[in-house]
Amino acid sequence: MSVYVDKNTKVIVQGITGSTALFHAKQMLEYGTQIVGGVTPGKGGTEVEGISVYNTVEEAVKATGANASVIYVPAPFAADAIMEATDAELDLAICITEHIPVLDMVKVKRYMEGKKTRLVGPNCPGVITPDECKIGIMPGYIHKKGHVGVVSRSGTLTYEAVHQLSEAGLGQSTAVGIGGDPVNGTDFIDVLKAFEEDEDTEAVIMIGEIGGTAEEEAAEWVKANMNKPVVGFIGGRTAPPGKRMGHAGAIVSGGKGTADEKIRVMNECGIEVAETPSVMGETLINVLKSSDLYDKCKTH
Amino acid sequence: MNIHEYQGKQIMRDFGVAVPNGHVAYNVDEAVEAAEKLGTDVTVVKAQIHAGGRGNAGGVKIAKSLDDVRTYAEELLGKTLVTHQTGSEGKEVKRLLIEEGCDIKNEYYVGLVLDRNTSRVTMMASEEGGTEIEQVAEETPEKIFKEVIDPVVGLTPFQARRLAFNINIPKESLSKAVKFMLGLYDVFMKKDCSIAEINPLVTTGEGEVLALDSKLNFDDNALFRQKDIADLRDLDEEDPKEIEASKYDLSYIALDGNIGCMVNGAGLAMATMDTIKHYGGEPANFLDVGGGASKEKVTGAFKLILSDENVNGIFVNIFGGIMKCDVIAEGIVAASKEVGLELPLVVRLEGTNVKEGKRILDESGLNITAADSMADGAQKIVEFVK
Repeated sequence: MSVYVDKNTKVIVQGITGSTALFHAKQMLEYGTQIVGGVTPGKGGTEVEGISVYNTVEEAVKATGANASVIYVPAPFAADAIMEATDAELDLAICITEHIPVLDMVKVKRYMEGKKTRLVGPNCPGVITPDECKIGIMPGYIHKKGHVGVVSRSGTLTYEAVHQLSEAGLGQSTAVGIGGDPVNGTDFIDVLKAFEEDEDTEAVIMIGEIGGTAEEEAAEWVKANMNKPVVGFIGGRTAPPGKRMGHAGAIVSGGKGTADEKIRVMNECGIEVAETPSVMGETLINVLKSSDLYDKCKTH
Repeated sequence: MNIHEYQGKQIMRDFGVAVPNGHVAYNVDEAVEAAEKLGTDVTVVKAQIHAGGRGNAGGVKIAKSLDDVRTYAEELLGKTLVTHQTGSEGKEVKRLLIEEGCDIKNEYYVGLVLDRNTSRVTMMASEEGGTEIEQVAEETPEKIFKEVIDPVVGLTPFQARRLAFNINIPKESLSKAVKFMLGLYDVFMKKDCSIAEINPLVTTGEGEVLALDSKLNFDDNALFRQKDIADLRDLDEEDPKEIEASKYDLSYIALDGNIGCMVNGAGLAMATMDTIKHYGGEPANFLDVGGGASKEKVTGAFKLILSDENVNGIFVNIFGGIMKCDVIAEGIVAASKEVGLELPLVVRLEGTNVKEGKRILDESGLNITAADSMADGAQKIVEFVK
């Protein structure tokens, strides 16, 4: 078991003929992900790196039986690409693209209501279940199979957490990057719920950052519904107010969305929060030890 | 992206949203000329800077004659205004809005923002006009009314009416208020706004409904399809280093400290600042080189850090995913050779193509201190700049 993706996931790459997409398609193939096709409008019938290219998602799904898509389409066209994946009734669409206009995402979210497809992202590193399936841009080699779930708004901080876990001998069940945009497909609570239900996951690291109130709501949800231990980290404690810190969603405005407030609520809800990103792993280990889960999670 | 009040009002005017008549002036003569053209008994002289709180800082003057206009324009142009949003250094006034005065009856607040919880655009309105909405939310939250907008149909007339009734717009002005709200929503959607705030919205003695102030912000990610908005950018309002950074498409924010940071990924960049502070140092900047950065972009970023006189040391913290460590290393080497690196440099590399990156740095002959982790790197650079 795992969350969202496993060895049976069949993936198509939207925008496969772009250089970034192609680089990462190769990396995913090397990792062992079943990349079964690609989509670039107008390039149907060709082949790149041994992968068949189709003109439309619908066509690619018919030909390959894919159930997931990863989207590298440039920002001006990415919203359309997500809707195309939704229309083709894929189980999962993971959008890596950053800088998508936010009002495009407002419309995409509305379009996806009541439809089958789960969107992860945009502006995210993707989803990986170690040794089974890597969809996205994360460096595969830092991951180890195991029982800690990771969910994060930041790509590079996810790598940081995973790296610390693997070094400490704690493998991961699945790592999910939900992305740094203010409007995204999958939120903390969706992923926490999936981890709570997943029998391979024993504990969770949740990495948030300034802006919005998603961490606070997730913390309340954890308190009310979750039996597995959760530890956290919040980036941007020292960020000046009113400035957008790289991610479209990372902004403290009108005194709302501060790191201190998030940490306060998380602590109140029983979530231990690491003081610096360097001790995310350590913080989890302490919690695992005190809840007698350490031996179960120690995988190598 | 921010624009000036007068520019926002022009956009609203183009969409048929009611604003007072007015003209921009860059010098005193233009200000007087503008007032003559308006020909009203009362004229308002408003300093144009990208910050709120101008009224309280003395940036808005009521002129009763052309001589008054001249006096106030002379006083305001070139003056540095310090408001609660400018920081202590303030901002120099280089443009004025000369606007007709109007007979204000009541003041209200109307704003549009993205509501992150519902992923929908939301209109907020209050009868506490003229006060900052955050303060109203804090003290009298029951006076703020909200309508969540379905993007398929947009703001509907019944929602606008409900808001207008809730904030007690007088009956004779109701249909004008509804028209105003619908028009403002139209501007928001068609121009890719991130915020549209009208504070105050006023009703006048003649029953008109007008935007007395306007604050329009735009989604930077949508500027590729809003060329006319992108053209309104005022470089005088921006930090010179941030302007330089935008040429390389870097996400950069200048800070007060002395440790220059170059990081990939916004989350890691924030966390790097936090970690430097944790070990007693002060970051000089937030800098995210982003995903698929080229060698040229990395070189630009590195030169940008080196151009900051306050910087006494540099910490490069990279965890390559989409970003490749060898590209970062090449950029660092190229920039260091070009500008001559004399400051301590601590580099932590991890992730995609890390071996290649480390090899390039090792073979460069540059004086680089390697770090094993973010904490290790932060401690080392803090020690160097002490």
